[in-house]
Amino acid sequence: MLMICGDEAYMGDANSTADPPGCGGWQEEMTSRGILRGGEGLRPSSDATTVRVRDDEVMISDGPFAETKEQIGGFSLIECADLEEALEVASKHPAARFGTIEVRPIWET
Amino acid sequence: MSTEAREAIVKAFHEEWGQIVATLIRVSGDWDLAEESAQDAFAQALEHWSTHGVPRRPGAWLTTTARNRATDRLRREAVGSAKLQEAAALWRSAEAGDEEASQSGIHDDRLRLIFTCCHPALGLQSRVALTLRTLGGLTTAEIARAFLVSEAAMSQRLVRAKRKIRNAGIPYQVPPAHLLPERTTGVLAVLYLLFTEGYTASSGADLVRQSLCAEAIRLTRVFVHLLPNETEAQGLLALMLLHDARRATRVDGAGELVTLEEQDRSQWDSAKIAEGTRLLDTALRQGRPGTYQLQAAIAACHAVAADPADTDWAQIAALYSQLAQLASSPVVELNRAVAVGMAEGPAAGLALVRELESSTALAGYHLLPATRADLLRRLGRNDEAAAAYREALDLATTDAERRYLAKRLAQTQEGD
Repeated sequence: MLMICGDEAYMGDANSTADPPGCGGWQEEMTSRGILRGGEGLRPSSDATTVRVRDDEVMISDGPFAETKEQIGGFSLIECADLEEALEVASKHPAARFGTIEVRPIWET
Repeated sequence: MSTEAREAIVKAFHEEWGQIVATLIRVSGDWDLAEESAQDAFAQALEHWSTHGVPRRPGAWLTTTARNRATDRLRREAVGSAKLQEAAALWRSAEAGDEEASQSGIHDDRLRLIFTCCHPALGLQSRVALTLRTLGGLTTAEIARAFLVSEAAMSQRLVRAKRKIRNAGIPYQVPPAHLLPERTTGVLAVLYLLFTEGYTASSGADLVRQSLCAEAIRLTRVFVHLLPNETEAQGLLALMLLHDARRATRVDGAGELVTLEEQDRSQWDSAKIAEGTRLLDTALRQGRPGTYQLQAAIAACHAVAADPADTDWAQIAALYSQLAQLASSPVVELNRAVAVGMAEGPAAGLALVRELESSTALAGYHLLPATRADLLRRLGRNDEAAAAYREALDLATTDAERRYLAKRLAQTQEGD
């Protein structure tokens, strides 16, 4: 799983209702290579709501899980042979040039 | 146990441990199994070799024993016959592969292990610990002592690193060609860090830490052997040898720091210096200079001067300029200023130091005022020199350095 994190100022207009910004050919390449299994771009963190359950009490708060300059702006689910390939795919993602991409394995069930 | 058996085991341990673990990891995919089976094989050798004598090919004996132990362990853990058969088939192909490997002289397994241990997806401390454990065969307790952490903490660090390799899918491979230069730099950085950890350890009191120097040299030798065209690896090995040759003379009997100028050069290890300069020459002839080769060349200039006065400071200053072009850093610039101060006179050095002081890059670094003090002293400007020594004294971080600076300050004031 690639979690695309970056400064929201560079992630498109928060008020826009238009189509989400594209990925400049990355999506097409990874789909044709059979790597991309899914993924979405996310609306900005100002539209986020956070849920926690503590002692059976559901706590809901406005905003993202952590108030930092960098926020998760989207995710991609990829299937790769090993970390080396996943890092190559992540480094080609356009957001890697201004933000950060966290690569995390999925729990295998 | 006979002396012969003991010596054979120590030798085999240094020569074979990494290779055996590396092969077992490839075949079983299980790092813990590989380490434990290798350990078992050496324990068995301890017993068997003292009573039956040392086998003709100790390495082959150990490898076979370790593989048998791994199979036993898999069987005992009842992982299922499928896994066992798979392993058995792999052993056979591994053996066939061995012949091929020894024919072409390539030991890919150890290279795979080095690159995996030094993978950038692992934290730097984990890389260092994992390299020492799996490749060097140091025990967790030894590594913990060398890095001044508890054994439990070190054990935890190793467990996490191995878990990450498995779960994140860090491949057990020599990196593909396009990643090789960058990854090689990463391996060299880990090896150099190992060496400096040992080199900066205080004298006597900390023998475990000092043994890291020998371990770093040994592992770098393996790396140079496996990648014979890698000139920076040769440069790093040369650098380590040239520094290590002087180790015994860096501190006197009372634990005081001895400057390069005052070290007893007759006590330097001439065999290490000869090997270091030979390696460096081989590397430099390839015409691909890098930061390790340049640092080694500087160390060689010092090492081959029979007397401090014979030091080729002009050459050293030129090497620092080259180094600054490849990897510019204020510390390199400061060293260049020292060399220029020796080659062209203290006034020229002082001009460069003043330039450095106009930027804030080295603010708080005690060697900056200490260098200025030294140059001023040589110019006979003793009052300014004394003030600069005091400035350096306030910033120095170790007692040995403070004592050295205090001594210099006293000498400057006597000179008045």
